Amino acid sequence: MTKTNLTLAEKVWNDHVVVKGENGAPDLLFIDLHLLHEVTSPQAFDGLRLAGRPVRRPDLTIATEDHNTPTIDIDKPIADPTSRTQIEALRHNAKEFGIRIHSLGDIEQGIVHVVGPQLGLTMPGITVVCGDSHTSTHGAFGALALGIGTSEVEHVLATQTLPLKPFKTMAINVEGKLRAGVTSKDIILAVIAKIGTGGGQGYVLEYRGSAIRDLSMEARMTICNMSIEAGARAGMVAPDQTTYDYLKGRVHAPVGQDWEEAVKYWDSLATDEDAVFDAEVFLDANTLDPFVTWGTNPGQGVSLNDVVPSPDSFTDPNEKAAAVRALEYMDLVAGTKMKDIKVDTVFLGSCTNSRIEDLRSAAAILNGKTKAENIRMLVVPGSARVRLQAESEGLDKIFKDFGAEWRFAGCSMCLGMNPDQLAPGERAASTSNRNFEGRQGKGARTHLVSPLVAAATAIRGKLSAPADLEDN
Amino acid sequence: MEKFTTFSGIAVPLRRSNVDTDQIIPAVYLKRITKTGFEDALFASWRNDPEFVLNDPAYKHGSVLIAGPDFGTGSSREHAVWALRDYGFKAVLSSKFADIFKGNSGKQGLIAGEITEEDTEKLWEAILNNPGVEITIDLVHRTATLGELTVEFSIDEYTRWRLLEGLDDIGLTLRDESSITDFEARRPNWMPKTLPAKH
Repeated sequence: MTKTNLTLAEKVWNDHVVVKGENGAPDLLFIDLHLLHEVTSPQAFDGLRLAGRPVRRPDLTIATEDHNTPTIDIDKPIADPTSRTQIEALRHNAKEFGIRIHSLGDIEQGIVHVVGPQLGLTMPGITVVCGDSHTSTHGAFGALALGIGTSEVEHVLATQTLPLKPFKTMAINVEGKLRAGVTSKDIILAVIAKIGTGGGQGYVLEYRGSAIRDLSMEARMTICNMSIEAGARAGMVAPDQTTYDYLKGRVHAPVGQDWEEAVKYWDSLATDEDAVFDAEVFLDANTLDPFVTWGTNPGQGVSLNDVVPSPDSFTDPNEKAAAVRALEYMDLVAGTKMKDIKVDTVFLGSCTNSRIEDLRSAAAILNGKTKAENIRMLVVPGSARVRLQAESEGLDKIFKDFGAEWRFAGCSMCLGMNPDQLAPGERAASTSNRNFEGRQGKGARTHLVSPLVAAATAIRGKLSAPADLEDN
Repeated sequence: MEKFTTFSGIAVPLRRSNVDTDQIIPAVYLKRITKTGFEDALFASWRNDPEFVLNDPAYKHGSVLIAGPDFGTGSSREHAVWALRDYGFKAVLSSKFADIFKGNSGKQGLIAGEITEEDTEKLWEAILNNPGVEITIDLVHRTATLGELTVEFSIDEYTRWRLLEGLDDIGLTLRDESSITDFEARRPNWMPKTLPAKH
């Protein structure tokens, strides 16, 4: 008899157990989809070669180039020799082991977490892994999606399975209606500020409630993407009609009888009404403001209407010490209004916010407006297809007329592995996911924001919400 | 993988919380395609600061790191573990580790032992009173001993067993290969396939 008190995550987990762990051993789980990129895979392929092992399921594996790739002059050889070597290693490994690859210049190239959903490979009820912590993005479909290390990449290549320790479940309940100018990015920044960067450790988060149900797939991906920033193992949203509408007709989505069967199964995945989560968090969508970070970890965030907090407002000694250090690094004084903070650069992109909806929402604000003086704005679409789509809608023209740089797809300034970096001391409003010290360049300062705040900030030159533009 | 039972080396107090993997190894070092030789990359940015703990001659040859809570957060880069290992670290003790970092450590034979915040403070104090002091990590008994002070650390039982035995994960999994084959035969047809490629 089927148990009727399971959560979404537990159902997906249970349906993928190949060998149940005994005596404290982890369960061995089957992996349905393995995504690869150039940075975390070369050492895994080396391991296979050393052991003489093949890739067990090339037909469940796909590679794309994203972390290192330049976003200009992509028709020329990559200038940085170490980046070029790493890209060439991926191409060589894909060829040797029979793996599908989408290289720079290919129409399907892009950030790995944009490409999977776009192709219709990311589906509800499957297990997805990638050697990248933002694999949690795919949980937006109701997939169990885990970021893994390189040893695990090798393990999945060799066996198509992973030994995984059991997890706890946490419900993130977001009820109500978001106000104009407030997005899913603000929801997740508020959640992380609430539970902390370690608050999700050991948990799979399930985002629930009316505010989540109202979100598009793109917006759900933004939320799930940053689950890792709360330390969670994964983040998920139960599949519904929004999910199916997004998926249907995509090139790798099931068709005909397979689609019918799949939907029947996907409909069974939602958390049972009598299921109990190990922890629950509640957030009121009705009163949520745009959220921005002031510090050097994603949990150090406040409402955009607020001020830079004083370290003395933290009772935990570790948090207090971290705040002192963060303010020093960020060159901020407690009590400063967030909206008075001037930035040098605005970055619209990354696996968090580089999908077509993100570009559309920013372009709608920038349209016909003038860029603040001395602001540099970089717009980096998540994939070659997103770029083409945006161009077919004329968004590129809006960005260029505004004075922004319109780039080719990749991870870009989110982590600055390619030449897209901030100079020491520069300050950015960034739609990416991490505001760590030096993340966007040595000595660079990052404020995490939504695409709407990014756009408004590029116009005013200071951290701003679209509503602030009317005062000008 | 080499078996790990006990190890003694210089204890290094890293009195910071939320040490993310971007700090352990900045992204610029991730372009290498080798799995060794990352010692120069460890805490590369912080090592520019003369006051940074590893620049203190007493700790330069450290091999057991005692860090604040939420160690190894952020990016999944296993390079963070390789950099610690290549520098000479055999163990990290903290009151809280990020999950992916903890998993990566276990794969590479780096002990990620969880201790209480109280014990973290005690160890820091003992080290600062005697910089360069050695600490002994005993995986059999799950203890860390520094002079008179012995604290217990926790590590999950399966990882401990694997490290004590020096067993390789892939080899262990391949013992179950027939179960994997059986599972594959049962998978429904609607599941995603990357090949043949569709555009």
